[in-house]
Amino acid sequence: MTQLDAPRTAAGTGSVPRVRRGGRAAWAGGAGLVAVVAVLGYLPYLVSRGTQVDLVGLFALVVLGTMWNLLAGYGGMVSIGQQAYIGIGGYGLVYLAETVGVDPFLSVPVAALVCALVAWPTSYLAFRLSGGYFAIGTWVIAEVVRLLVTQVDAVGAGSGASLTAFSGIEPLYRIAFVYWMSLGIAVVVVVGVYLLMRSRLGLALTAIRDDPTAASSAGVRVTRAKRLVYVVAAAGCGLAGAMIVANTLRVQPGSIFSVDYAAIMVFVVVIGGIGTIEGPVLGALVFYLLQDSLADLGNWYLVVVGGVAIAVTLLAPRGLWGLTRGRVELFPTGYRVAVRR
Amino acid sequence: MTAPLLEVTGVGKRFGRLTVLDDVSLSVAPGEAFGIVGPNGAGKSTLLNVVNGVLSPDAGTVRLDGADVTRSGAAARCRAGIGRSYQVPRPFGGMTVFENALVAASFGTGARGRAAAEGAWRALETAGLTGVADTPAGALRLLDRKRLELARALATGPRLVLLDEIAGGLTEAEVPALVETVRDLGRQGVAVVWIEHVVHALVAVVTRLMCLTYGRVLAVGEPRAVLADPQVVEVYLGSTIGTDDPVVEGTP
Repeated sequence: MTQLDAPRTAAGTGSVPRVRRGGRAAWAGGAGLVAVVAVLGYLPYLVSRGTQVDLVGLFALVVLGTMWNLLAGYGGMVSIGQQAYIGIGGYGLVYLAETVGVDPFLSVPVAALVCALVAWPTSYLAFRLSGGYFAIGTWVIAEVVRLLVTQVDAVGAGSGASLTAFSGIEPLYRIAFVYWMSLGIAVVVVVGVYLLMRSRLGLALTAIRDDPTAASSAGVRVTRAKRLVYVVAAAGCGLAGAMIVANTLRVQPGSIFSVDYAAIMVFVVVIGGIGTIEGPVLGALVFYLLQDSLADLGNWYLVVVGGVAIAVTLLAPRGLWGLTRGRVELFPTGYRVAVRR
Repeated sequence: MTAPLLEVTGVGKRFGRLTVLDDVSLSVAPGEAFGIVGPNGAGKSTLLNVVNGVLSPDAGTVRLDGADVTRSGAAARCRAGIGRSYQVPRPFGGMTVFENALVAASFGTGARGRAAAEGAWRALETAGLTGVADTPAGALRLLDRKRLELARALATGPRLVLLDEIAGGLTEAEVPALVETVRDLGRQGVAVVWIEHVVHALVAVVTRLMCLTYGRVLAVGEPRAVLADPQVVEVYLGSTIGTDDPVVEGTP
């Protein structure tokens, strides 16, 4: 990985040791990621359409968990209103593809861009609040967005709208294309957050996570970094919303703006391990498997999910990935110096 | 007379009904070491918070190098050259000691890559922390946390360092090394504002001393004159320091 060579200090007291950014686990992580993505990429040739549709749900969970982790785990912003951007992403796709006539696959990133453009001014409002007030404030903002959208007749007002722009494509291909697009988005989001956290901004965010006051006293522009994270997380949640709608071909205000998404995001991140890049991916997988295997239980499924959440927070307070105690880092973001004494 | 680097004029700060700072003024020349003493709760740390921008004052101005920085935030003031250590250490607990210093070197000076790593490492050398560079800061004992506060303040490449009780907890043998470190800063042209209860360490370094009590300046001037002031003796020193203190006597 990146290595900074050892220059001599001006004082001549000795050399700055080499700074290392990763280890063998990082190469294993990278190789593992490539292998997993290759297998997942080949799946449409092997599995049923129903499985592909299910897996798009998993990819959306990975994106949502990764974004919420960026917000809460690194930015210290506990938002329970990201469904605002999931909804804008989903509705944005429908509006662009149906009403404006943009290619539906192109509409997905454009819808995410719209989320970012909405999030930027919204952050000035939301950032006036902090802690628990910020959390509730984000939820209120999401409700306001939902109520506004239900006033728009062009997207079906209160009853929602269907996505018909894919109708020209054979369902076999459409499902595979949406699957590949979703897999690609999940990979870009996870790798993107990894690169972000390895960058200068990542160093600032990690400091902000640990102590915002000390970070600002050390020259970190705390509010600016948080705002950037809020905007990026909005775009990411918009991508997830567009993926969900491209997958189900239907958007309804009650479901796409549901606060359930906030609960799911918290679950995925807390179960997997907050403040790590691996955690939300693991948490998304756990949630997906629970959802899949408990689908027949009806409402008891929520009881089991709640039980799992309680068990993990009691037995592994730093999440399932936290059980590795930092010994395994598939996505290392830190800086290590080889101290020679 | 050289133009002051730091100029605090008529600063006031209230928390609700409690007046913490009342019409406090001070000025510090480039490279000067300025000491602050006073009883607990006198407003010393609050004064540093107003100087470095963590708190904004209700009255008065803070000027750095002639420019009014009263309205700018802590990050901007750090970039402009104010480094700060906290009395109760605030390490980035989940980051290593080296990463802590790297944050300060990267964002305090704007350095990148190798230059930032170099600056961080030099600060760790000065603070005596290179041996624990890869240790998570949250796992440090109190003394090393204090050293980390110093290292982070120095890594920001300051022209003015605000030190808040960094000698507390040091052994008698360690104090002279710290005094030497602070003197070195002066030789490099870095001004220091140092709050300290270890008075003999302070007197060994500073050229001027201020005594703060109930948010007001009780006395300011030549250190031994301030310490001999009967009012200062009454509110702060009591009988903790005598004129026969060897360190006080030994200083020029």
